[in-house]
Amino acid sequence: MAEKDITLTVNGTDHELRVESRKLLVHAIREDLDLTGTHIGCDTGNCGACTVYKDGEAVKSCLLFAVQADGSEITTVEGMEDQPEAGMGNSDLHPIQEGFHEMHGLQCGYCTPGMIMAGKALLEENDDPTEHEIRENISGNLCRCTGYQNIVKSIEYAADVLNDREPPESPVEHEGASMETAPDGGVETDGGCTGPDLTREYPGGDQE
Amino acid sequence: MSSDTREKPDAKYRHDEDGGPDPEEHGGHGRGGMGEEVKRKEDRRFITGRGNYVDDVKKDGMLHCEVVRSPHAHAEVKNIKTERAEAMDGVVAVLTAEDLEAYDLATMPTLMDDTQEVLVKDKVKFQSQEVAAVIAEDRYLAKDGAEKVQVNYDSREPVVDAETAKREDAPVVREDIDQESNHIFTWETGDEAATREAFEAADVTVEEDMYYQRLHPAPIETCGCVADWDQDNEKMTVHMTSQAPHAHRTLFSMVSGIPEHKVRIVSPDVGGGFGNKVPIYPGYVIAAAASYVLEQPVKWVEERSENIQTTSFARDYDMTGRIAATEDGEITAVDVDVLANHGAYNAAAQPSKFPAGFFKIFTGSYDIDAAHGELEAYYTNTAPGGIAYRCSFRVTEAVYLIERMVKVLAQELDMDPAEVRRKNFIPEDAFPYESATGWTYDSGDYHRALDKALESTNYHDLREEQQRRIEKDDDKLLGIGLSTFTEIVGAGPGKQCDIAGVEMFDSAEIRLHPTGKATVRIGVQTQGQGHETTFAQIVAEELGLDVDDVQVEHGDTDTEPYGLGTYASRSTPVGGAATAVAARKVREKAKSIAANELEVAEEDVVWDRESGQFHVQGVPEQSLSIADIAGASYMNSPPDQEPGLEAVDYYDPPNMTFPFGAYVCVVEVDRETGEVDIRKFYALDDCGNRINPMVVEGQIHGGLAQGIGTAMMEHVSYDDNGNVTAGDFMNYLLPTAMEIPEMETDYTVTPSPHHPIGAKGVGESPTVGSPPAIVNAVVDAMEHAGVSHVDMPMTPDRVWGKLEEAGLAKDPAEDLELDIDGEEAAGD
Ligand code: FES
Ligand code: FES
Repeated sequence: MAEKDITLTVNGTDHELRVESRKLLVHAIREDLDLTGTHIGCDTGNCGACTVYKDGEAVKSCLLFAVQADGSEITTVEGMEDQPEAGMGNSDLHPIQEGFHEMHGLQCGYCTPGMIMAGKALLEENDDPTEHEIRENISGNLCRCTGYQNIVKSIEYAADVLNDREPPESPVEHEGASMETAPDGGVETDGGCTGPDLTREYPGGDQE
Repeated sequence: MSSDTREKPDAKYRHDEDGGPDPEEHGGHGRGGMGEEVKRKEDRRFITGRGNYVDDVKKDGMLHCEVVRSPHAHAEVKNIKTERAEAMDGVVAVLTAEDLEAYDLATMPTLMDDTQEVLVKDKVKFQSQEVAAVIAEDRYLAKDGAEKVQVNYDSREPVVDAETAKREDAPVVREDIDQESNHIFTWETGDEAATREAFEAADVTVEEDMYYQRLHPAPIETCGCVADWDQDNEKMTVHMTSQAPHAHRTLFSMVSGIPEHKVRIVSPDVGGGFGNKVPIYPGYVIAAAASYVLEQPVKWVEERSENIQTTSFARDYDMTGRIAATEDGEITAVDVDVLANHGAYNAAAQPSKFPAGFFKIFTGSYDIDAAHGELEAYYTNTAPGGIAYRCSFRVTEAVYLIERMVKVLAQELDMDPAEVRRKNFIPEDAFPYESATGWTYDSGDYHRALDKALESTNYHDLREEQQRRIEKDDDKLLGIGLSTFTEIVGAGPGKQCDIAGVEMFDSAEIRLHPTGKATVRIGVQTQGQGHETTFAQIVAEELGLDVDDVQVEHGDTDTEPYGLGTYASRSTPVGGAATAVAARKVREKAKSIAANELEVAEEDVVWDRESGQFHVQGVPEQSLSIADIAGASYMNSPPDQEPGLEAVDYYDPPNMTFPFGAYVCVVEVDRETGEVDIRKFYALDDCGNRINPMVVEGQIHGGLAQGIGTAMMEHVSYDDNGNVTAGDFMNYLLPTAMEIPEMETDYTVTPSPHHPIGAKGVGESPTVGSPPAIVNAVVDAMEHAGVSHVDMPMTPDRVWGKLEEAGLAKDPAEDLELDIDGEEAAGD
């Protein structure tokens, strides 16, 4: 199998690698460079667990051969703490990472690095996206655990930090609402239920 | 299943002398106790890319395993030629069934005591079944080798669905166990005579057929392992994607003959489980056998297509439901028939004593006098399974059935479905409630939940809007679907549930260190549920510690106490109970040390949950924290006490817990395209006391997304030749952020009376409870035109078919100013 020498700049460090031409970029990152934060969840380019930030955009590193990335500059999740924005929030982390923690944007964590990188690509381009834009931009990344709601909030949190706004403290909708049984057997709530927002638009409806 | 089971000695800790935690009233003690929103302790390693999943494990000399799989669903294996593969550079070994036979590993038991080939020798029984394995120096070389393994097959006619498998002339899937037909078992529950009588006497009866399609849990991380045989110590270590490491250790030992203390299973970070990672799969056994033979570590990790096509599916129940009722909507009986497709092996994950698991909870939240159910299970040439995908052993199918049938009845009677529910709910004062199929529901308040749900969603306004749209002949129909389900989770009781004979208890070990910090080891483990945080909160609550001072460890059988695993929402009900009881045992010993330190009699020492301190009765200033006492236990142990402060508990629950919910789904059905837009999903869950509201809500969001996927998109489908036609993420569609609407969660609290901290478990409620709400909503949108059912997944073409049948479909051209080249721009 033909081998080729390539150079990848990953998280600011140059790496000279000799790789088979058929080696996928994701395997070069995970196995040759030992950066296992980038994950693999499918063989078809559908899940986005392998998303990295390459030359200014989010790419699925399972859809590229390592040789195609020769000479490129790549950021993986492991490089996020060294980004200039790291530390702008309340921790040493990048605001997106902090957002995922604060807004409970992860459960098993398997999709998380890909989501963080997709979020980075979005915020680089538009540091104050709407909910719809966020949903659209992460729609190439599958998450089986969170239902996406708190992932959206995580990225919104980062946008708040980047725009010098106070981010929310909690993703919780119904925090310790004191509940009493009303005399009629029904329930009186105390701020626990704000009722539905019937005016909002859901992005699911206008695809195609 | 009554609650008066064996009273174990630790039953006395179930009810704490101070009444136990009441997070609704007090909201925790402010240091990360019960009910507090504690941010997850485990997050950091995941958001920095430093998690450690199975595929991240790298060992010196590690080899890679690639499995050679059958392209046929049903075929004799004529011969296997391995020479060309073996001759390749980098290929270390090629294994076939014959090689495994030498170690007695050619077959393995399934969780239902069936026998499945690890590698097939005679006949493949489903597409992509394991036939040979190539072990090579890297994953690419292993794949190259697999391509060079030649297998000659003689293909046979396959049988793909249960209906066909039932026929007398159907091809037989399992000659290997001398089956002459494909029938596996018949199971019956309830009182047939009483049910028949009720039907005969009924004012109204309704019937509906519904198919709960085959699904796959599809966690984003597939299954895999790294097996490492250490010849010097004769010890097998397997890092594997396991939801039940200890049970897997026992099974591994039983299958391999390696003594159990020489088997170590490590379940490191796991990228989602949802039931997929409960069974043992051939790949694990192959990797372990290869490591044993080659004395080198061997890694096996599935590709996505292997995951969906070969590891356990869920559901695949073809059901017919019937309800008998009075004319004013009181349900008098329910009757169910099920045809179950179990695939090529009986490999359901089903630890209860009932072949159809907890399906017999199909009377739901309703007080129904007579019930009867009958189920027949068949082998087919499809992947084996029938596991509990985010589900307690078929409760999902049961809930779907009853929640759909209540809607069918409401439609027949022309009553509001909320009203029919109210009429039939088990009343609040009837708990503990004995159901017609033999369960004892622990607690519930269904009226309160439904009332709150309807009020919160402005149900009556929605009904008005629905009418308006019908009157205006609107292009979009509005549908409102309800689901007021009851779940059954927390298996145990050990007397009724076991895995390979091991009773389904769970465990916790708490050790206090001299400086007052605690290490907690638990028998359950996490695949994302957040145990490292929530279990620490239980200990923090019970011992008054700061949650930051409690470290939770899990997933390593060498160090953790024996547990039965995390699935079926059993962690909190069983493992959480063990943790609370172990903490109370620690507190009991601590009290006597406190008495010694404070120089008073033990009776004069009281525990204050709020401050997390012991103090002398009536003298709150004379107090000691658990941390102080931990120090004393090591440095100044009382004469009548051993030094140290630790406790362990193996908790056998006296009953399951019965969480419940009231869900409201609002959809718009497009009469021009058949598209369904979920405009709103409101989920009120009652899981008893909540340990961490943030984690609870996260679980609900995730489960709802899976329920939406079930209702709208997902189906592991096969063609007539047994080819999997949705066997990867291009065809098996998981919902993305675009398909999932913003969801609204809500809650009520009805604590479990028998659980030490009043919790019930919540993980699977949304997956179980949401599909019927969504189907009910879609049917609701069309019922004025006579539609009574739509099968899942409710794809646009399927809904369009219903719209057409009912005369509701609209030709989009009618509304359009015909503009020949003005094709609507198709999005982007
Ligand atoms: S692994 Fe790259 S998209 Fe799934
Ligand atoms: S957090 Fe598990 S897949 Fe997203």
